[in-house]
Amino acid sequence: MSALALREFHTFEAAGHRFLYLVPSAAVFAVDSCSEAVLDALAEGPQAEGELARRLSPRFTEDEIVEALADLQRARAVGPAGPAAPAPKVIPLTHIPLQTLVVNVTNQCNLACTYCYEYGEDKIVDTENGKQPKFMSAETARESVDFMLREAGGNPTAHMTFFGGETLLNFPVLKATVAYARERAAAVGKDVDFSLTTNATLLRPEVIDFLATERIGVTISIDGPEELQNKFRVFHNGTGSYDVVAPKIKALLARHTTRPIGARVTLTRQTLDIRRIFQHLTEEMGFWEVGFAPVTTAPGRDYAIAGNGFDDLLAQFRALAQDFLEASLQNRHHGFSNVRETLQEIHQGHAKAYPCGAGIGLMGVATDGEVALCHRFAGSADHTIGSVRDGVDRGAQQAFLASHHIDEKTDCRTCWARPICAGGCYHEANTRHGATTAPNLHYCEWIRGWTHTCLEIYGALAAQNPGFLRQFDDAPQAAGHESTGTLARTEAIV
Amino acid sequence: MKHLKAINVKAARVEQVTAPGVVALQSGGPPQQPEGPHIPPGCSLVFSPGWEADRNGGTAGLCQPVERDLFDCHIGCFWPAQVPDQLNHAPDWTAKCAAAQKDWRKIDLIFP
Repeated sequence: MSALALREFHTFEAAGHRFLYLVPSAAVFAVDSCSEAVLDALAEGPQAEGELARRLSPRFTEDEIVEALADLQRARAVGPAGPAAPAPKVIPLTHIPLQTLVVNVTNQCNLACTYCYEYGEDKIVDTENGKQPKFMSAETARESVDFMLREAGGNPTAHMTFFGGETLLNFPVLKATVAYARERAAAVGKDVDFSLTTNATLLRPEVIDFLATERIGVTISIDGPEELQNKFRVFHNGTGSYDVVAPKIKALLARHTTRPIGARVTLTRQTLDIRRIFQHLTEEMGFWEVGFAPVTTAPGRDYAIAGNGFDDLLAQFRALAQDFLEASLQNRHHGFSNVRETLQEIHQGHAKAYPCGAGIGLMGVATDGEVALCHRFAGSADHTIGSVRDGVDRGAQQAFLASHHIDEKTDCRTCWARPICAGGCYHEANTRHGATTAPNLHYCEWIRGWTHTCLEIYGALAAQNPGFLRQFDDAPQAAGHESTGTLARTEAIV
Repeated sequence: MKHLKAINVKAARVEQVTAPGVVALQSGGPPQQPEGPHIPPGCSLVFSPGWEADRNGGTAGLCQPVERDLFDCHIGCFWPAQVPDQLNHAPDWTAKCAAAQKDWRKIDLIFP
């Protein structure tokens, strides 16, 4: 009989149980003592079934071992020794309906956050002297709506996210676009869902009223308490923005109760105090959830998280994730959205061929109507895949899909976290490594560490409070597609 | 399964599609429609979409190694001239190759 060997998986323990995270299927199985013994024995090298049975008797009967081996082979944790057949590289041939269109209604901003990828040292588009208009016209915004409804195909709901620059600098167009989109969507029998990201400086009472009445999801970019917010999130004259935004955010949270409001925090070397930021934004400010993302930068920037920074970040994330677990075991809400999002992906078992939905189910529109991979590339000629007037350039989209598939990322081929990470954010890779096709090798250890933590939390919840995981049962989207229209999600890379 | 417990949604699907009696189209591919496996019935004489798409129009099972064609073509089709003479000279040429997709590496060169 031919020898059997271990296949690809990652082991983790939670609540006294041992689990397997299978790669590349992303299935999670709990193992019993017999299959655990089989796996331990095979960890020493390939062995034939009979040999295994002899080794593991009298702890287990031969029948038990044969059954366990059959189960492990069904899960593909074990297979014939020798190279495994490669998984087929599947590239969607028919076009996938658009789920989310991110519309950059302006490329101007009233803040001058030092680390900004749009205006800072790492910008890829010249928004000052470039060819794009500084504000999107009402006509281009309407064309974007028509484009979105056309590209949404059979989807019953289309998601539109307004983005900038500072989105609310172009409030008149935003307001008109919402009305137009509702009307056009109703005419073609679809629903349309809106969200936006803002720095909160322009949340006037009439704006807040509009957002609440129209049920527009809001994500606020904010870095935490005053001294942290004011380090980077400053006006053009260098003044901190905390005193301006704090009262406006409180007014928004008091009035806008039709949708949960999230905060999105950019983490830098100087502001790495997760628990304090989280506590301030949830308990003191009243945000429903908070998502964190390390700043996107070229290497060597003063604010870049480098050296031991990622280890520190991971330790702090783990501590907060522990709070999340404790709350979730008691069915209390905890707003650490990074964990929630990863749990969702683990629960569904998404095995991504692409790190996100950019260029597939999500696209970004620049102020002139050019369509880019996502909002972060809006306006960049090198990353354009069509326009709202002429539609998506299918050839360019296919070329993008072929060259960005996980199979093209040799470095990722042996990584167990690839079903979830798939190489990471294209924009981050472009900024850090000079190409969208590059995997984000600077944070591999951190991604694996964080994914492992989320797996442990998932395992603990599965063992001790499985009812909590039912909320993640419904997720019709396929892996690799953006699953909500909020930027809290599209922006959270981890 | 008796010794493994499916925890997430994907694991439940894996358990379902690998249950005894369910024939997967191809190991490694996503679960297919519950029709029989796709077996190309011939080559260019018959219109068979087998090499571009399966009969459900699916593409998941494509990109199989070309060696798979060995058993489709070398018995009754145009390949006999290009492969070893299995009747007289090399009767065991494919003996180690039970399934061409998996075992093609085991087929060795034949020297006259």
